[in-house]
Amino acid sequence: MAVGVKLMKRPGSATSYVRATLKGMALTFRHLFRPKVTMQYPEEKSTEDWTISSRWRGTHRMLTDEQGRSKCVACGLCPQICPANCIKLVPGEDEQGNRYPLIYEIDEFRCVFCGYCQEVCPEEAIHVGVHYENSEYSRDRFVYDLERLCAQTHPVSTLWDPSDPRGE
Amino acid sequence: MTFFLVSSIAKVVVVFTAILVAVALITLLERRICAFIQDRLGPNRVGPQGLLQPAADGLKSLLKEETLPAQADKVLFLLAPAISFTPALLTFAVIPFATPLPTPWGDVPMVVADLPVGFLYILAISSLGVYGVTLAGWSSNNKYALLGGLRASAQMISYEIALGMSTVAVLLLAGNVTLSQVIAQQQAGGWYVLSLLVAFFIFLVSAFAETNRVPFDLPEAEAELIAGYHTEYSAMKFSMFYIAEYANMVTASALMATLFFGGWDIPFTSWDNGPPWTLAKTLATGAVFCAKTACFVFLYIWVRWTLPRFRYDQLMALGWKVLLPLALVYLTVLATAVWYLKERLGWAYGPAFGWALFGLNAVLAGLLFWWLDRGRIVSGSAARAEGKA
Repeated sequence: MAVGVKLMKRPGSATSYVRATLKGMALTFRHLFRPKVTMQYPEEKSTEDWTISSRWRGTHRMLTDEQGRSKCVACGLCPQICPANCIKLVPGEDEQGNRYPLIYEIDEFRCVFCGYCQEVCPEEAIHVGVHYENSEYSRDRFVYDLERLCAQTHPVSTLWDPSDPRGE
Repeated sequence: MTFFLVSSIAKVVVVFTAILVAVALITLLERRICAFIQDRLGPNRVGPQGLLQPAADGLKSLLKEETLPAQADKVLFLLAPAISFTPALLTFAVIPFATPLPTPWGDVPMVVADLPVGFLYILAISSLGVYGVTLAGWSSNNKYALLGGLRASAQMISYEIALGMSTVAVLLLAGNVTLSQVIAQQQAGGWYVLSLLVAFFIFLVSAFAETNRVPFDLPEAEAELIAGYHTEYSAMKFSMFYIAEYANMVTASALMATLFFGGWDIPFTSWDNGPPWTLAKTLATGAVFCAKTACFVFLYIWVRWTLPRFRYDQLMALGWKVLLPLALVYLTVLATAVWYLKERLGWAYGPAFGWALFGLNAVLAGLLFWWLDRGRIVSGSAARAEGKA
């Protein structure tokens, strides 16, 4: 026995390893025939006991009005509150004095998906979406411009509601 | 002569291919069974039920980058996978896998080489496998790999003795070292698993240790040694170690089937036991042999996904303090019993002989398990410090 080895006090003669082993083998054998919990992902995206939460904060979506124009009024609150500084907004003004975004870009690689932009937006224009399949062939495809943000169709996040903290 | 050559070459090619295909399928089987035990599905995407997964894995291995550690012993490093791979396949050469196949030019025994010294050949070749593992560990110039290699060699040497001793029991009963004769004996008087129950137990445990499978997979214990002896290997050389492991597993399973479960013998019938040989008999016995082997392969996998790994001192204690004395004592008892039945009572090996031995073995096995089941196998260190285990 090497020096400094801590001796564990274990029940020596009363312990059964043969029966414990056989018990374990029986258990694993029973598990062979149990129903499997695997979700066959690309074909099957939700099951009876699992669906994606409506509070999921994924890639953004800009809502549009009846004429198909974005609801954004370029107030500048979302780039202001964004902790990751991933929103680029250049405001413009038309002849009637309506403000609209000349440039509105979100860098989805920088985004931390906190959902503050959606919370702060007075026009309910920018939203984080319930969406998670974002693969692209190149990095620059992850800077979403206004046109792309408006074209997204996935459902938008309901975010966390303090009056209903458990989502009921 | 020409016929012998041609048939031998044909058998070599067939057996080689069959083993490699079996190995490929077993890698898939292992993953699937593992998944099932863990309530998952496992790889089922490539081909129906994932049957083409091994092909995908193989292709990936071939295309991956081969790495060579800067300070490695290049020659041995490159040689080691082949050294561990070859003996795994060689052992299978002496295992008979079906009844002789009748052809217009004469009967072809369904064994690659029906060596009169089949047993000794197996013992000799199976010990060679450890060279590959040890050399791989040493030549990598990596401390974890070296430790894995050292463990492998210590473990192999320890359990080889118990393994050899348990097969001596078979020799004793069969009075012959040719595997086809061992099978013929079992057809006459019942499978050796009954008449040599304790030897089968020792053989089973030692075979697990010899093939480096859980709970004896200390050479590659990933928790403490990263991946053990194959830490530094990549791509196809890494795969070679895997193929070697699974080929060893197939061979050990086939050996257990041959030595203790009657080889290609179909139980409860004597239709397959003697000539005239027909193609139907060859196919049926071959299928039965495969089924028996597959059962043991399943056992290997099942045990792997159930039991935790032994600690190193437990491994050594089990090998030297339990299995070796047990094998020696058992051999003495068995030799006496066989001598008494054969010489004193003048019985030939037959069902009565087998049942008599089974009675003896049942009592011995009962005693053994009663004794083992008292905290003996993996005794706590406190018990050891008190000098009890």
